[in-house]
Amino acid sequence: MSDHRLTQLKALEAESIHIMREVVAEFRNPVMLYSVGKDSSVMLHLARKAFYPATLPFPLLHVDTGYKFKEMYAFRDAYVKEVGAELIVRRNEDAIAKGMNPKDFGVARCCGALKTQALLDALEEGGYDAAFGGARRDEERSRAKERMFSMRDEFGQWDPKNQRPELWSIYNGCIHEGESVRVFPLSNWTEMDIWLYIREQEIPIVPLYYAKERSIVKRGNLLIPAMNTEHLHEGEVAAPMMCRFRTLGCIPCTGAVDSSAADMDEIVAEAAAAKRSERETRIIDHGSNSMEDKKKEGYF
Amino acid sequence: MTALNFKITEEIELLRLVTVGSVDDGKSTLIGRLLIETKGAFEDQLLAVRKKKNKSDVTSADDIDLAMLTDGLSAEREQGITIDVAYRYFATPKRKFIMADCPGHEQYTRNMVTGASTANAAIILIDARHGVMPQTRRHTHILSLLGIEHLIVAVNKMDLVDYNENTFQTIRKDMQAYCAKQGINDLLCIPMSALAGDMVVIRGQQMPWYEGETLLASLELLSVMGGVDKAPFRFPVQLVNRPQTPALPDYRGFMGTVASGTVKVGDTIVALPSGKQSKVKEIVTFDGSPDEAFAPQSISLILEDNIDISRGNTLVHPHQLPKQDKVLTANICWIGDDALKVRNKYLLKQTTTTVKAIVTAIVSKTNIHTLAKEPSDALAMNEIGEIELKLQQPLQYDSYADNHVTGSFILIDTFTNNTVGAGMIQ
Repeated sequence: MSDHRLTQLKALEAESIHIMREVVAEFRNPVMLYSVGKDSSVMLHLARKAFYPATLPFPLLHVDTGYKFKEMYAFRDAYVKEVGAELIVRRNEDAIAKGMNPKDFGVARCCGALKTQALLDALEEGGYDAAFGGARRDEERSRAKERMFSMRDEFGQWDPKNQRPELWSIYNGCIHEGESVRVFPLSNWTEMDIWLYIREQEIPIVPLYYAKERSIVKRGNLLIPAMNTEHLHEGEVAAPMMCRFRTLGCIPCTGAVDSSAADMDEIVAEAAAAKRSERETRIIDHGSNSMEDKKKEGYF
Repeated sequence: MTALNFKITEEIELLRLVTVGSVDDGKSTLIGRLLIETKGAFEDQLLAVRKKKNKSDVTSADDIDLAMLTDGLSAEREQGITIDVAYRYFATPKRKFIMADCPGHEQYTRNMVTGASTANAAIILIDARHGVMPQTRRHTHILSLLGIEHLIVAVNKMDLVDYNENTFQTIRKDMQAYCAKQGINDLLCIPMSALAGDMVVIRGQQMPWYEGETLLASLELLSVMGGVDKAPFRFPVQLVNRPQTPALPDYRGFMGTVASGTVKVGDTIVALPSGKQSKVKEIVTFDGSPDEAFAPQSISLILEDNIDISRGNTLVHPHQLPKQDKVLTANICWIGDDALKVRNKYLLKQTTTTVKAIVTAIVSKTNIHTLAKEPSDALAMNEIGEIELKLQQPLQYDSYADNHVTGSFILIDTFTNNTVGAGMIQ
């Protein structure tokens, strides 16, 4: 690169920082959704850059389903402490007490209660008027349609047929009382960019992204982790397997990938050669327009 | 891939691209073709939209319903039309592309403006059988107003006109004539068949009479960010960072994105509108304090003196001041449901400044067919015109022709809070 040229990663970084600063300038009470995954790690890293040398001017919100991997909880607590951020954890305790799970209630109902409802409740409780999310447009076709600033009505719902025009890098932060925006600073990043940036910036990520021998159950094309067994179906038997995770969600609904990539160079090489999309390992996305439906209801 | 390629992947530049054109000009097919041939779409995504569900692999663009790949909303698939912009990503060893795939229907022109506003280059699709359509003209005129650096006309569906050179040349001349009227003389026209693949990524055998590069090769060769670092320095202040912690009791950093030009430590700067001067003491970033920063980096500036600066102020060099006025003349794409009329009041947001504005005159409305400027007392949705505005406070700006960041603004309806106008200051 010549003197006054930015690499594409640096251009994406500058755009994301610009967006985060606009939100802090124009909204009363922003919050950053933190899911502990790789995209969240990148988003948090960018937020630290945006407000350096100050600490983050907003809290992190983890919507916890109770079904996350123990490595995720451990990583979350250690990393958040290390960067000096404020962490809020919210769970749908009613649903958890009633034993909500994907096996008995179905994936859609479980996600609706433990993720969407918990998120909407947490946003309302905190009175947040802007919530950052780490969603990327390359992940899924309805996400490919989303604005950087995505309006939500009083019920937290998205109206994809009637989105606000978004011109240049001028973001319209005007909303009515009760409305909010979801802000996606990583919109223009691809999975490959995320991995390249994690490698370039040496951003810490949950160890589950690195290959290791783990206990796995094969269900159709999916490799379901079997660290605990209560979510397994009748007759399923776990066996050890060298694998890693391309994306992280809840244990019962996140598939692993057959892989021996144990460091960042190998992960980048694997991402470059991948023929299947990363969302393929997420059970929630399967179905005709499930992501769009969930997003309309308020899901990230 | 080898390790060498990854090095290249990190260092490549970004090209923001927009694809426009009338309905059924084959935009989805072209995008599908580019995604498949650059591996910008994954196997499982392609399999999900294959035409024959019993076929287990996808080897060519013919096997899949390409519109299903790009039309991400259920309402779009139901109606078979594209409503909103879809953003697609693909990369070659030379460049990463962000492609905004825009709707062709006139009703959704505002979404097309959204997709086009950030683009460095545009592909204008034309169906070789139909030639230049009204919507082709509307889109081309909007692209020209937006000052998109590079326009590429893709004369598509050449397979349906027997790859006839005369057909191509007629369309090329039509477009050249239309573009010349608005000052665009540098127009690249490429004949192609997105369906068969000729001239998209590979040359093919059908059009030996065309000697130019394929579409993808042309996109890889375009220059980007031409000269934005040579333009006068503009730094709209987004926020003032004052941590006031024991470790940083007196830190006061002005946060923002360099809109244009460069700034160095030691430079004398003027804060506008106050006109107070100081010198740059430090350029602060998380990764250290460089001696120089340039557009479009996001940085913080620390100044030698404690002068009053807040969000909405602009830092510039004293010998390169922007214009400053309470009265503006601007070209506008009207994208609001309710028409723009004289005496209407809006909020105007330009860089980090938001001010009240009143429409004092509609100078003209542009006839997109003839490009004639006609008198009008209103601009309805999707109409383009020239207006005069009076502002509550003076604005620091450059003309859009000189600076896309400080020369652009949006108008916000104060009742609905919607973005209703895309303005380019003259």
